[in-house]
Amino acid sequence: MSHPTPVVEMRGISIEFPGVKALQDVDFTLRPGEVHALMGENGAGKSTLIKALTGVYAIDSGSIVVDGAPHTFAGPAAAQAAGISTVYQEVNLCANLTVAENVMLGHEPRRLGAIDWRATRRAAAEHLARLDLDIDPASLLSSHSIAVQQLVAISRAMVVDAKVLILDEPTSSLDADEVRQLFAVMRSLRSRGVAILFVSHFLEQVYEISDRMTILRNGRLVGEYATAELPRLELVSKMIGTSLEVLEKLEEAPKRSVAARADTQPYLRAIGLGRRGAIEPFDLDVYAGEVVGLAGLLGSGRTELARLLTGADRADAGQVEVEGTTTRLRTPRTALGHKIAFSSEDRKGEGVIGDLTVRENIMLGLQAERGWARRISAKRADEVVTKYVEALGIRPADPDALLRNLSGGNQQKVLLARWLATAPRLLVLDEPTRGIDVGAKAEIQRLVAELAADGMAVVFISAELEEVLRLSHRIAVLRDRVKIAEVTGDEVELDQVVELIASGGRS
Amino acid sequence: MKDALTTFTRSRIFWPVVALVALLVANTLKTSSFLSVRVQDGHLFGALVDIARNSSPLLLVALGMTLVIATRGIDLSVGAVVAISGAVACSFIASSPDPASPVTVLTAVGIAVGLSLVLGVWNGFLVSVVGIQPIIATLVLMTAGRGIAMLITGGQITTVNSPPFKTIGSGFWLGLPVSVWIAGLVFVAVAVLTRRTALGMLLESVGINPSASRLAGVHARTLIWTAYALAATFAGIAGLMISSNVMAADANNAGLFIELDAILAVVIGGTSLAGGKFSLSGTLVGVLVIVTLTLTVTILGVPPSVTPLFKAVVVIAVCLLQSPVVRAKLAARRRPAVVAPVPAKVGA
Repeated sequence: MSHPTPVVEMRGISIEFPGVKALQDVDFTLRPGEVHALMGENGAGKSTLIKALTGVYAIDSGSIVVDGAPHTFAGPAAAQAAGISTVYQEVNLCANLTVAENVMLGHEPRRLGAIDWRATRRAAAEHLARLDLDIDPASLLSSHSIAVQQLVAISRAMVVDAKVLILDEPTSSLDADEVRQLFAVMRSLRSRGVAILFVSHFLEQVYEISDRMTILRNGRLVGEYATAELPRLELVSKMIGTSLEVLEKLEEAPKRSVAARADTQPYLRAIGLGRRGAIEPFDLDVYAGEVVGLAGLLGSGRTELARLLTGADRADAGQVEVEGTTTRLRTPRTALGHKIAFSSEDRKGEGVIGDLTVRENIMLGLQAERGWARRISAKRADEVVTKYVEALGIRPADPDALLRNLSGGNQQKVLLARWLATAPRLLVLDEPTRGIDVGAKAEIQRLVAELAADGMAVVFISAELEEVLRLSHRIAVLRDRVKIAEVTGDEVELDQVVELIASGGRS
Repeated sequence: MKDALTTFTRSRIFWPVVALVALLVANTLKTSSFLSVRVQDGHLFGALVDIARNSSPLLLVALGMTLVIATRGIDLSVGAVVAISGAVACSFIASSPDPASPVTVLTAVGIAVGLSLVLGVWNGFLVSVVGIQPIIATLVLMTAGRGIAMLITGGQITTVNSPPFKTIGSGFWLGLPVSVWIAGLVFVAVAVLTRRTALGMLLESVGINPSASRLAGVHARTLIWTAYALAATFAGIAGLMISSNVMAADANNAGLFIELDAILAVVIGGTSLAGGKFSLSGTLVGVLVIVTLTLTVTILGVPPSVTPLFKAVVVIAVCLLQSPVVRAKLAARRRPAVVAPVPAKVGA
């Protein structure tokens, strides 16, 4: 392999936050015309390294050389001026501005000192066209799906002629088509000599697109490898270190075949339930002790279906029976009253209460159920919190830490603890494993299987089909906001579901 | 001990307390007897007692404002509620056959506070049920409220002569002004209500992330409604104090701009206008700073025409010292190597 002069060279980078050594003596090299994957579990230091490179964090020691010249960026703007553009995990755009304004923000063509809006829209359209993104530049960003917003963010990053493009989890909200589209763009940028730093939790994607990878663990460098020379299993074991037994657990995630249930009634039965513009009327039964998977592409209506089951959105057609009694799930509160808990896919927007502590976040569901007047005693709260912090391995194991200071995987565990503390009979999990590391993922999968084995009904949604397949007893397949099929666990093959999802194509 | 001191100097309440102490010191330098409190007829007298008494109505209004702001809201109508409450009480007493009877006064107080509660429920309805933005929803009553007060008083300044009513604003009990007792009682009640129950935590959760709170089953509507109802009720009590103090109801000027002082006190006390975490003790300090400042201006002989400017300078100084940017810079000076990875730690 040729070794052109690196465009970015980071040597001996260390960053310390109060009480945490986020990075210790990490080296990282990025060469022009390569896609370089940065691998590691949550909390391994990936985001910190990226933020060190882009000037968000100041480094405590080490050196950063960009294009042969040493740099210490005073802030993201300085890094951008040096040709380093970043698209972060969470879409960081202005939802109530137009697409064109978002793409061109800060780079608007001017005429006589004022912004030339027509030229702005035209320039934005050109940048969008390069991503094969056919949307109206004058439309509001918030009117588009998260996936499209993500692509807009990427095209925004490309407005400045970036030498280095950093993509932090760009694919976590994209469906297969959009990922293909993004990869096509990445390949074309690579052939033009752009160096791309790519972070993703999808190993398949990493192996498909990346040339080299750097692996971090606990803030330290594990090593740099050529992707083609590193088998998957070895990569995973390097990422998670010694805890290889977790991997085995992931392999043997128990899938209990559903025992005779003909004589029991479903815990929840949806009959012709639907909501205009969200999901067509569907029927669905969920029995105690089983995991029902929802499979489908992004935008297929899997989230919308889940929201109707849990009162997060209100149905305008059909009805719901809980344990045989017809009822209306008007709000999440009524659903919780029926012991139905919903963990949203939008962890930041609809889950995390960042400025409250881990303890308060865990107790929130229970406390809300009891009402404000009857406060749960500190002793009881301690019991509950300690139990879940230990059972789920929440790190740091400090109930008084603010939730926003925890890593994504740990925040997810705290949210799970919040729902489990309410002792739900039906738990609806929308993408509970998105954007979290392999170890935490395996733990959550194991937990789901155990909960079902203990008699809880679980509805499980994931963009990763293998995961849905492995965990579910029964899978409802959705396409274009219609529930098109239901397949039962043991006989299901991956190809079969993929075929169902793909057959007929997407309109 | 040293840890406690460090925690205190890092907390948001630190600079407001420093400002308060500085104001007291400045006053003492100017007038050496400033801090002295003397006993006369069994009552305490002195500048400090004046500050406490003048703080009472503002503290009541600011306490309610703190709760409303914690839910991401704001209540601009409290000044108008102050006027309405005073107008109702004074008109009732003035038109009653026996203004000096305690029964009359108690009835008047009951009607005024009850009406204030109704007005708060109206605000809460507009915000939590109809979904109007708080600033607009309460602007309705802010403008309409003074009109209502004018209607009640018939456009006149209604004066009353009722010793029991006078007690609320000017009376003494166990050496301290009655209004201080009332404000203190309400302060303790709110503290107990929010921190000994789960009300405070749930209010904060709604203020920090409304959608997440909704999914967690938090009854946001009731909580927000409660906050506005309490805010107006407290404003009503403040209105009684203010009108009792002058024994008159002035529909135009009673409680004028008190909502702005209250918002200022809340902000100085470290509660963010973005909602979420709130601090009642911070609000108390904020109120004391504002009231002491007003008194200082008088004592230092600053001409009344430049008083607002003087006030503004002090407020800007306190707000600057609290801002995350300035605090990060100060922290960086103390420990050069570290750039705060998250906005500077917020004291609980």
